[in-house]
This record gives sequence, C-alpha cells and structure tokens, in this order.
Amino acid sequence: MALNIIETCVNCWACEPLCPSQAIYEAKPHFMIDNKKCTECEGDYADTQCASICPIEGAILNGFGEAINPPGSLTGIPPHKMMEAMAEIQAR
Amino acid sequence: MIELNVLGQSESNEASGCASGSCGSTGDQLSHLPEEIRKKVFNHPCYSEEAHHHFARMHVAVAPACNIQCHYCNRKYDCSNESRPGVVSEVLDPDQAVKKVMAVAAEIPQMTVLGIAGPGDPLANPERTFSTFRQLSEKAPDIKLCVSSNGLALPEHVEELCKHNIDHVTLTINCVDPEVGARIYPWVFWNNRRVKGRKGAKILIEQQQKGLEMLVERGVLVKVNSVLIPGVNDEHLKEVSKIVKDKGAFLHNVMPLIAEAEHGTFYGIMGQRGPTNEELVDLQDACAGDMNMMRHCRQCRADAVGLLGEDRGDEFTMDKIEMMDIDYDAAMVKRRAIHEAIEAELEVKHNKPNEALVTLSAIRKKETRPVLMAIATSGGGVINQHFGHATEFLIYEASATDVRFVSHRKVELYCSGGDTCGDAETTLEKIIRTLSGCEVVLCAKIGYEPWGMLEEAGIQPNGEHAMEFIEEAVAAVYLDMANNGQLEDKPVAAQQLTA
Repeated sequence: MALNIIETCVNCWACEPLCPSQAIYEAKPHFMIDNKKCTECEGDYADTQCASICPIEGAILNGFGEAINPPGSLTGIPPHKMMEAMAEIQAR
Repeated sequence: MIELNVLGQSESNEASGCASGSCGSTGDQLSHLPEEIRKKVFNHPCYSEEAHHHFARMHVAVAPACNIQCHYCNRKYDCSNESRPGVVSEVLDPDQAVKKVMAVAAEIPQMTVLGIAGPGDPLANPERTFSTFRQLSEKAPDIKLCVSSNGLALPEHVEELCKHNIDHVTLTINCVDPEVGARIYPWVFWNNRRVKGRKGAKILIEQQQKGLEMLVERGVLVKVNSVLIPGVNDEHLKEVSKIVKDKGAFLHNVMPLIAEAEHGTFYGIMGQRGPTNEELVDLQDACAGDMNMMRHCRQCRADAVGLLGEDRGDEFTMDKIEMMDIDYDAAMVKRRAIHEAIEAELEVKHNKPNEALVTLSAIRKKETRPVLMAIATSGGGVINQHFGHATEFLIYEASATDVRFVSHRKVELYCSGGDTCGDAETTLEKIIRTLSGCEVVLCAKIGYEPWGMLEEAGIQPNGEHAMEFIEEAVAAVYLDMANNGQLEDKPVAAQQLTA
C-alpha cells in the first residue's frame, strides 16, 4: 500500500526530507509520492511521516483513498464553521 | 516647575541638548544600550525606530515548510494582495533568493538588512535557509543577515546560525504557560510525531526558552515578537515580557493579532477579534517598564521589499530580476556612499538640540496635557508626504517632557487619482475615524476638502512643517499650542487619548 498526495498540496516541502524511503519528489503542479517506494513508514516510524507534518487537511490520502487528516483535524476549525464563513464571504 | 527631561541632556552631555538616537523619542530607546549593541542596530529598520525612517529591509521567501501550526496562520500562503506575515507570492530556491537580494541591494541602496522569515519557519527548512545565508555572507558582505523563528528547532541550529555571521534573531514567543499555548498552537511536529494541544505547546515553550538562552549566551541579539490575542494571552504577555527580558532579549515587539474570516485562519473563522489601538498601546506601555518595546513594526510579508510600511516586491519578481544586469562591486561602492550620507545626516540631527523642547522647558509654567499628532511621511524621518498620498500615519505623542513615537495607523489611500474620486468622501471619513484621538495632522500638503473635514472633526491640519524632522516639528507645534493656552484644558473635541 502507498500514500498519495492530491491537488490541495501547497508545495511547502515539509514532507519531502522526512520520508524514510525517499518516495516523495517535487513535481508539477504539486509534490508526488512514488507508490513503488512508499512503505507507509512501516518498520521506520509509528506514524506516517508526511501525513504527520502536512499542514493541509485532506492533502494526503491513505491506501484506501481516505484523507489521513480530515477537515477540522489540524486547524481545529469545525467544518460547518468553515462552510458558514465561506458562504458568508461569497455572499458579500 | 517640573524639570523637563530632554533626552541626552544628562550631566555628561549638557551642552548638546539632544544626543539620543531619536531625539526626544523614547520609542527608540537605544540611547542607554552599550555602544557595541547600538553599532549592531543603528541601521537595522526592525530594531531601531529611527533607522526605519532611513534604511530598508527585505525578506526572501525560501522557507515554505513549517513545524508547527498557529491559530493566526493559514498555511495556504500564496497571496498577492495581502500584507501580513506568512504570506508570499512566490517561493524561491536559495539561488534565486541570492540573485534577488543582489538585485534589490543594487536598486535600493538603503537596503541594509536581509531576513528570512518564512512563509513557514526558516529553521524547519535548514538547508534552504543556510544555503541562502552562506552564499550571501560571501557575495554581499555589507548586508546584515537575520532570521525569524518560532523557536521549535532553534536549539539544534544555534551553532550553525552563529557560523553565518547572523547577529540578529527574532523569536516569536506568545506564551510561557502551556495552558495558554494550547489555545494558540493546535499542534507541533516533534520527534517524528504530530503532538497536539497542551503537550505540544509545552514542548514548543521549552525549546523557545532554551533557544533564547543559548543565543544570548553566544552574544546574538534577540528580539522577541508576541502576538497580542485579546482574551487569550493579553494579561499573560506581561509575564512573557518580564521573563524574556530577564533571559537577555533586548527588544520586545508586541504586535496586534490580524484575524479576518477571509484569511481562513482559525481565529479569523472563529471570530476571535484583534486588539484595539488602545489595548495594544496599553499593553506595550505596561510591558515597557520592563524593557525596550518596539512600536514601529509593520508585520510585513515573508517576501516584503523596501522601507517598513512600503512593499516594492512587485518590482523584483523573478522574471524581472532575470532581465537585470547587476554589477555588485559597483553597487557596493554606491551603497557605501549612500549609507555614509545617511549616517552623517543622523549625526547632525543627533547633535542639534530640539529647540522647541528646550524653549518649552524654559517658558512652561503650568501643567500641559499630552497631545497626539499624526504624521504623513514617506521616509527619511521628515514630514514629506501629501495627506492624500498617505497609506499610514505615524502617531507621535508630545508632552511636557518629550516627544515619543507611539504607533502607526494604516489608512486607505484617499487620493488615487482618476475616476476613483467619487469614493473619496467615504474614504476620507474612514481616515478621520482612524485618526481619532489625534489633535493635529502634520503633512507636506493637504487639499481644501480634507482640511475642512479634519477641522470639523477637531483635528488641526498643518502643512507648515513640510520637510522638517518629525520630532522637531511635533515639538514646535506643541510649543505653539502651549503658548496659545490650548494645553491647559481637556482636548477641544473631548476625544479620548488613544493611540
């Protein structure tokens, strides 16, 4: 199984040096994970390293395609609050 | 009669009247520092209030990664039209950054300081940060290098920092109590784990304090930045100020929280408000008893270029820099000449007594109340900006004892020319509201319409001191007000003194 970085990645470089398998590489439009190299950090760390430093909720998916850091889990902003605020801003 | 304490008029310096770094201004407070420290900061716009009128700074955004999350930050940092920390237009690699610094140094010779401040944490990107410093200390030895960090990775990098001739470090310390920290930092990345809540905050605080001690031990100047978050750390910052001063930080910069829903930050979305001007100044005053307070910070972007309060970053995008042909040796000669000219000008200013303050001390018989004045300046420490061109006003307080810089207030541009004039009235009203509490506006020139509206609001416009040094002009106007008997009662508009 391998992790996957998706388009919400902001290219902040935080994950790249942490990967014990050098599976993460710079690419356009965003960083990518080489699924042949990714081990999900098994044998190296208890937690997947890229997903433990990534600041963007939803940007890294596990082998099942699920967000490792779901909405609200990193910023502490309840998802409904975020949606309300976005709707309010768009209505201006 | 109370003795008028004009700075520099001590026993050792009776004749000169005013020899301080910033005449009559306690905002700078460099005068009591050891000579060796003054030498390090006299031309650093972020460390010296006086320097920020004359010298420029730049940030290069080489450090996008971060090892913590702050509730006032949104890590989707790419933004072209906002001015706040943690925001940039383009992230550079170290080679691009070096090129940009050389280009700016040649084009803006007043630029004396290069800082790395993000958009993440410089020490969470050690290779990129140190590669930039290494190249610059070789290629542009006349530029001061400094770095700004949250401190989490500081202890492990102190040795390396000292190698690169970095004698200024800014540490952001918002708390010394993990309970408070848990309300500011949702997580930190530590020892290969994301550590949340109080536990994470405790690690961060310990690393910050350890890093601060290590830097001071090695003689590095440390400025501490704190973000004032009402209801979260406002009272607590007094304790922070005391502790960091005891440990040897030389300047404390309390900045207001910037929180708007459109920034997408935790505080912005959750409706946490920032402090009022008055709350900020009150806290700065409360901390000032303990140490040097910085009041001229503009909370600039991680890729800002120019004098504090201005951003010329648009002139130096990578595609424009590629087109420039820079002869750095020639630029260094020009830079040296310009720096010497500024230093000579400051020297003259320092040795000249502030006539108005000296006169005031001689004639004053009654207690006079302090007065806030707003200044329009585009740099150089002089009143040289048209009222309508000001994007911010510097607020000075004149009192019987001195003239001090208190704060700056940002305003929307009133006059942008062309067909935007229809909006001018509302913008003008906003500016006048922003200036509330001030009794005088000093500017180079001012139009007929704003003149009338300011007067009506109880703020006296004044264009008579164009091109004069700010402190001298403020003191002169205050003297006039004293002579006219305007300072014995409450302010005319009965406005509260806020800054």
